[in-house]
Amino acid sequence: MKPKVAFFDFASCEGDQLQVVNLEEQLLELLGHIELVSFREGMKEHSDNYDIAFIEGSCTRPQDEERLKKIRANAKLVVALGSCATIGGINCLKNHRDAITVRKEVYGDKYELFDTYPARPIDAVIKTDCKIHGCPINRTEFVNIVKALLMGQKPFIPDYPICVECKMNGNVCVFEKGMTCVGPVTRAGCNSCCVNEGAICWGCRGLIDNPNTDAHKEVLEKYGLTANEVINKFKLYFGWENYASKS
Amino acid sequence: MHQNHDINIHYITRVEGHGNIVVNVKDGRLEKCEWQVPEAPRFFEAMVVGQKWDVLHHITSRICGICSIGHTLASLKATEATFGINVSERDIKLRKLALHAENLQSHILHLGYLVLPDLMGVGSVIPLAETNPAEVKIVVGLHKLANQMSDLVCGRTTHPQRLIPGGFTKIPAKDELKKLRDALVGAWNDIETVAKLIHTLSGKLPNFTRETEFIALTSKDEYALYDGEIGSTDTKGAKVSQYLEYTNEYIVPQSTAKYAKHARESFMVGALARVNKNYSQLHKKAKDVATLFDLAPVCHNPYMNNIAQLVEIVHSWEDSIGLIDELLADNLYGAEGLNVITNTPTHQHTNTRGIGAVEVPRGILYHDYTYDENGFCTKANCIIPTNQNHANIQLDMEALVPQIMHKKTDEIELTLEMLVRAYDPCISCSTHFLKIEFKE
Repeated sequence: MKPKVAFFDFASCEGDQLQVVNLEEQLLELLGHIELVSFREGMKEHSDNYDIAFIEGSCTRPQDEERLKKIRANAKLVVALGSCATIGGINCLKNHRDAITVRKEVYGDKYELFDTYPARPIDAVIKTDCKIHGCPINRTEFVNIVKALLMGQKPFIPDYPICVECKMNGNVCVFEKGMTCVGPVTRAGCNSCCVNEGAICWGCRGLIDNPNTDAHKEVLEKYGLTANEVINKFKLYFGWENYASKS
Repeated sequence: MHQNHDINIHYITRVEGHGNIVVNVKDGRLEKCEWQVPEAPRFFEAMVVGQKWDVLHHITSRICGICSIGHTLASLKATEATFGINVSERDIKLRKLALHAENLQSHILHLGYLVLPDLMGVGSVIPLAETNPAEVKIVVGLHKLANQMSDLVCGRTTHPQRLIPGGFTKIPAKDELKKLRDALVGAWNDIETVAKLIHTLSGKLPNFTRETEFIALTSKDEYALYDGEIGSTDTKGAKVSQYLEYTNEYIVPQSTAKYAKHARESFMVGALARVNKNYSQLHKKAKDVATLFDLAPVCHNPYMNNIAQLVEIVHSWEDSIGLIDELLADNLYGAEGLNVITNTPTHQHTNTRGIGAVEVPRGILYHDYTYDENGFCTKANCIIPTNQNHANIQLDMEALVPQIMHKKTDEIELTLEMLVRAYDPCISCSTHFLKIEFKE
């Protein structure tokens, strides 16, 4: 029997589900190994009977917790898809600011009518079995992880910094160009895709498990930085990780 | 004959984001007819406040996965307008190419994966892969080509990495552009096949007309996508700086997204608006496709937005080849065969506020930023195309339902779903920036 698979989305740009569609012919192959029972963006049919649930997006309001818990109850495996789901993603930028101010800026004097709370990854609400990081997710990594899950294996998710991949790609260090980069503390797995394109590492895959001990120290020492300094200087994607560690 | 219908389509499928259709007909009387938008906002307007000028495009790209290139470009144009940052002619051509890539990707996705199932009477493209493998393979191939084009110009298909204030961090090498040109030229037969397929099915598109206003960027130089002034089929145009006069927003109780109006109670933006406004500037093959489908300006059938997208696929295809030819003929184009970092922008403060407007797949997109003297954002306003279309969808539904009330409930449902899909709404986009108020 093919495993039944469903996709769900919460606060997000739906760009990760788009990467699944962007698998093109590979998606057709994948569909030979699974039974897709729910994918609102692409199909009319829907069923609550599924084995694997892929969830894109952050939880940003209390009432969404109920829907997440229902998905958890229905699914054998819950996979967080993309930064918004795995680490809270860009949505957590608002967590850096005073919540009342943010709500007033958007809703004016009626702000109290609108439920919202600090944006969070889904494992702040329900247990997840696997995280596919990235903003957006890397299609090759998605395929590898799904293959492992279908074969009942534990997928490989790196716990070393982007610098490792970046060095192997022979990039000039971003710090060398006078820019700030969070590669030394960010989880690898994207093949340093942004630095390869002339940009910096923005941190979309979240922090490695122990940034203070496992960061790429060689780079940090060379530029006289500590892991915390890098994290605090540039935190587009670390809103939840910072928020959770402070509260 | 007394008709009764109780339609409640919760989270309409095969659209981006969450929307509901609610229609109640009792004893032949239309009691309720609403296009509802219950999507949760994400506070982007507040999220960018306090952020520096050189990261805004990275953040606002995340408003939308499908039109992330368009959001990045509107954002960059707003920032560049604020600080007087110039972009070279070559980089503008590359940006136009990036926009075509997105237009192609988005339109092919919409027509092939979201609309085609309705025309072929199935729930998704998945069963078509078994019944019509050749056609599905062609659609997938074209979608892939458009994505490869984004990859090549922007570094990635979604959330581009190479686009920065002032230009690009990296540009495609000449031989890569040549390969892309060959691939585009080679794709013509497939584009033609898709056009013919849709033509054989176009009888399934409802013949419904409601007069409305169409608003699109317009330019004397070309079929406007990257740049232009605001144009209307009802009134004279205006500079982009006057955009608020063209997007008067108002509040309705059933929607977390605001509605917009200009000369009438509603207007439409997107492919049909662009074709209606700028038809004469379409390339030849694009006009041929329009003629094949009897699409001529001004067309007031919203279902024809699907056909306008097909016309634009052909236009973007033709225009991309032309742009590549111009880039290849440019002797100054990069170092041969090498990717080079082309621009390191310097922050020169000339203005505090800048506005950028770009035509994205679903219509005009405006980004409007205010920065403080240190280059930190103090205020942002972005008006998303789908947001400008919500009122038009609602008014179309109100006009359409009485015309089709005599039909069976499931037929009405399909006709209404097809109406919403024809607009190709990007709902999660449209609610991200809204200031929501409630009717007491």
